[in-house]
Amino acid sequence: MGDPRTWRCRARWLLPLAAVAALSACSGEQTALDPQGPFAERPDDLFRVVFWIAVGVFVLVQGLIIVAVLKFRDRGDDETLPVQTHGNTKLEILWTVIPALILAGIAVPTVQSIFELSEEPDGAVTIEVFGHRWWWEYQYPEAGVETANEMVIPVGRPVRLVMTAEEADQPDVGVIHSFWVPALAGKQDVIPGRITTLNIQADTEGRYLGQCAEYCGLSHANMRLRVIAVPPDEFDQWLEEQAADAPRPDEGTLEAEGEQLFFGGACVGCHAVRGVEVDGTRATGNVGPDLTHFATREEFAGAIFEVNEDNLAEWLEDPPAMKPMTPDERPSLGMPDLGLKPDEIRALVAYLLSLT
Amino acid sequence: MSTAAHETSLGLDHRKVAIWAFLGSEFLFFGAFISSFLLYQNDVNEGPGVELFDIPFTSVSSFVLLMSSVTMVLAHSAHVRGDMRRMRLWVLATAFQGMVFIGGQVFEFTTFVKEGMAFTTSPFSSAFFALTGFHGAHVTVGILMLLSLAGLTKLDRVKPDQHIKTEMIGLYWHFVDIIWIIIFTVVYLIPAG
Amino acid sequence: MASSSVAPSGSVFRRPLATKGWGSWLTTVDHKKIGKMYGFTAFAFFLIGGLEAVFIRLQLAEADASVLSAEVYNQFFTMHGITMIFLVVMPMAAAFFNFLIPLQIGARDVAFPRLNAFSYWAFLFGGLFLYSSFIFGGAPNGGWFGYAPLSTSTSGLNMAYYGVGLQILGISSLAASVNFITTILNMRAPGLTMMRLPVFIWMSLVVNFLLLFAMPVIAVALFQLTFDKVFFTSFFQAATGGDPVLWQHLFWLFGHPEVYILILPAMGMVSEILPVFSRKPLFGYAAVVFAGAAIGFMGWGVWAHHMFAVGLGPVANSAFALSTMFIAVPTGIKIFNWVFTMWGGKIRFTTPMLFAIGFVAMFTIGGLSGVMHAIVPHDAQQTDTYFVVAHFHYVLFGGALFGIMGGMYFWWPKLFGKMLDERLGKIHFWLWFVGFNLAFGPMHIAGLLGQPRRTYVYGEELGSSVERWNQVSTLGSLIIVVSVVVFIWNAWKTYRSDEIAPHDPWDARTLEWLTPTPVPEHNFDVIPTVTHRDEFWHRKYAEDDAGRAVPVPAGASEDHAAEHGEHEEHIHMPDPSYWPLVLSAGLPFIGYGVIYKSIIWAVIGLVLLLTGVYGWQLEPVAEGDE
Repeated sequence: MGDPRTWRCRARWLLPLAAVAALSACSGEQTALDPQGPFAERPDDLFRVVFWIAVGVFVLVQGLIIVAVLKFRDRGDDETLPVQTHGNTKLEILWTVIPALILAGIAVPTVQSIFELSEEPDGAVTIEVFGHRWWWEYQYPEAGVETANEMVIPVGRPVRLVMTAEEADQPDVGVIHSFWVPALAGKQDVIPGRITTLNIQADTEGRYLGQCAEYCGLSHANMRLRVIAVPPDEFDQWLEEQAADAPRPDEGTLEAEGEQLFFGGACVGCHAVRGVEVDGTRATGNVGPDLTHFATREEFAGAIFEVNEDNLAEWLEDPPAMKPMTPDERPSLGMPDLGLKPDEIRALVAYLLSLT
Repeated sequence: MSTAAHETSLGLDHRKVAIWAFLGSEFLFFGAFISSFLLYQNDVNEGPGVELFDIPFTSVSSFVLLMSSVTMVLAHSAHVRGDMRRMRLWVLATAFQGMVFIGGQVFEFTTFVKEGMAFTTSPFSSAFFALTGFHGAHVTVGILMLLSLAGLTKLDRVKPDQHIKTEMIGLYWHFVDIIWIIIFTVVYLIPAG
Repeated sequence: MASSSVAPSGSVFRRPLATKGWGSWLTTVDHKKIGKMYGFTAFAFFLIGGLEAVFIRLQLAEADASVLSAEVYNQFFTMHGITMIFLVVMPMAAAFFNFLIPLQIGARDVAFPRLNAFSYWAFLFGGLFLYSSFIFGGAPNGGWFGYAPLSTSTSGLNMAYYGVGLQILGISSLAASVNFITTILNMRAPGLTMMRLPVFIWMSLVVNFLLLFAMPVIAVALFQLTFDKVFFTSFFQAATGGDPVLWQHLFWLFGHPEVYILILPAMGMVSEILPVFSRKPLFGYAAVVFAGAAIGFMGWGVWAHHMFAVGLGPVANSAFALSTMFIAVPTGIKIFNWVFTMWGGKIRFTTPMLFAIGFVAMFTIGGLSGVMHAIVPHDAQQTDTYFVVAHFHYVLFGGALFGIMGGMYFWWPKLFGKMLDERLGKIHFWLWFVGFNLAFGPMHIAGLLGQPRRTYVYGEELGSSVERWNQVSTLGSLIIVVSVVVFIWNAWKTYRSDEIAPHDPWDARTLEWLTPTPVPEHNFDVIPTVTHRDEFWHRKYAEDDAGRAVPVPAGASEDHAAEHGEHEEHIHMPDPSYWPLVLSAGLPFIGYGVIYKSIIWAVIGLVLLLTGVYGWQLEPVAEGDE
């Protein structure tokens, strides 16, 4: 609770929205009221201005209603009718022109921001984003890195996201998603057959929450994502580690047993573990997330479960029971129940956790 | 209750106000299909495209449809004169020309399918068949109305003083004709030219 | 056509004649009965859609809850939206159009009574067709705006029901719009010029023109969706060259005018209610009318503000931001005119007035959050979150439903001949008002705190305050349920009571209150001749030199009674007819035929349809009705 972001997220300027907003204790880190980089701050600045204007109009209109209702209520004291005014041209022109002028005033900075935010920033890191049902795939083309759900970016540097949507097993067949990390930028739809772009930047280190914001079917609610901002040198180091081949377990261990199962079973049909060949088999599947450095991630399955032994064991037992998916309908729509035995699950979990 | 035109606020028969409103709506219906076609004009998905069109053939069937508007006018004026025999003749002539047009469309569609352009081949083919197919459906409904009209006059269920019925069907028929002129220009002539 | 109104006995085309009993409801062509049928049916769907909402709120009452499964939740929120929009607010408006348009313009029926019956039956069958999907394998689950390619590429026929069901409802709306446009333009009483029309009639006219032009656009989009879904074309499938964004353009080109289709009828009702209970004419009649028409026009130029997150490019986004901002101007004009209608008046706080004032206050909030959406860079934060859910509920619940509820209390005595209980009405209003604000106010905050819409669960990670605001929303939704129960109780109590309402209980201003209660089938014994805007009021009051209204000594009711004395010899009302029911019954069969690719069902439907058409054409018409 002590760090400055927590303090700022009280969003005190929102107080008048309702006195009740004061009750709003620190919220989670998916709030749009606490921008952490220039591409979120710019919209927020605009919103604050418009918000206060709206508060002004709100007070004016509701005030007029309350005064009218109190002042002109029928007191039942006499039977005469009020003066039958039919209108007042001057007044009516006034409440046509003034709102129009206010709106024109808001329009200028709005249009400016629209254009500025759409430009590609200088010196940006490019990350390719693919929206799948129901997880996110990220590729760092220059470094040859592929990961899922958790995106690592350098602090203080703009990042250009180049995005499209597809089912991993069928290019161009996909549905619309929307990439949204409120602290770093507004959302941008991710559309099959189209390339869309979004600029994000984090000015402070941290783990920023986000999630798919365009309804994409059954498990839309479970398509979350995280952006992790680290200092630039850590970022470079991370890229290097992620580009490396997957680690091999020592022979005779439980992990090695898991590796055997992984490469000998159905896993390789959908998942990739780069740079490893076991008994002539390579894991190059691209239907599910790349697992080369799986254990470096904190969460899995659309970033809804923490990576730990229990969760992974439960997952491998019956994935669709843990996260609604329909692999029977189309294999790319999630991981099926593979009917694994408890000891197989134990070995596979051990192997997965060894993939650092 | 009576709906004689002189008693209405606009001085028009209700049915005339209604059909103009309806045709306004139809205009947007075809407008949206034409827009979709324009968007997908080149999206042939490696299938055949506009080169399949046989402009001379479609020109002839378009001309027939265009001429049917003339006979439709003649039918209406015969009805106004109370000449029911001539009216029936012109109505049937209009319907016949409509059938010739539909026959041409059926032939054209069959040829396209044989040449590898079916409804689901590409966005281009889907947009083309949806647009021209819905137009064909409109012509077919028009033919049904014309045949029914001719039959009803024969049975004396449509009387000489009810020329508004012929006028209404005529308005619909002319509308369908005008839409075809737009479709023929936008879908066939412009891409080919 | 046929010279006699009674067909030869034994003819298959004999027209039904009964005007009483349950059977008469199946064949009626009386606009008042059809209006009531629209109202009852829409209210039944309101209860169903409300139940879906309550389940949604129970699921969201806490983080990571499991009241509903993901699949059921997705069907419920989709059907909640479809129901409330297409099966509640639109037909509720149609109920009022039906009942009020002929009465307010001094006509005996709508222009095409049988077409009117057809519209109702097509609406009913469309609604039943949509809900039959729950029985036959799953309701639509792709959101009420059915974004392609999600709507076309998931297995199951859920969204095929959506495509065909909305198509049937669209046919109903289109037929109704042609009918009402003709009625309003062509059947006004003598002297009732356009600028003397009640504002409700003006708003009805604008709405029906919007329907007339918006329905064909959605029809095309739905055809394309159905073709993609059932016949595997590729209108929206990127892999074969289609463009998913085409659906969005077509949908919102319909969808934004649709928003005004939903709100303008309520604006019209409120414009009738406020003057009556302020005892003053509407402030700036011309401005309110032109603002309504301007909203109708400008509503066609703002559709892409639903698509700011699509990435249409800065030029398009700027253009739609500007048009969206400026549509707020005519809306603002209306709000100020309503407030100044009350200003200087003598306000009676009846239940309909409370709902009308509530409408102005709540709609203002929805309007303000609407302007915020025009701030494109920040709209990217708001869109697809609960902020938007809050916004459109303030417009559609705080607006449309407040207006409709006010309209119910206001016109109930004319509709059913009895007054709703005022005390229960006020309890209903305050529960409704408090419940509404508790349910939807917090959603603004939850949305800005990062809660996306259409998610069957939200994680604890969103923070404890998000969860708390959701609990408040759920509490609010339950209070709304109580308020609706109070309303039903009120309606039941009124139904059981013997007290007949006077023909003009509110000292109202427009022609419908000139008719006796209950309204006779032919509405007016003598079609009134109109000399003023607010004609009925001017028959009761005159203005003195100071602009003060004084009652006309004779009193309106006496005048009115006098008019009733001189009966016209014969008033021919159109006979009831079976054929609208037969014709519309064909539509769902054709629908099942398309969805299940079943020639048999389609043929049955077509036969019904054609039987209906020819029966309609060949049945003897009532005398004088050509």
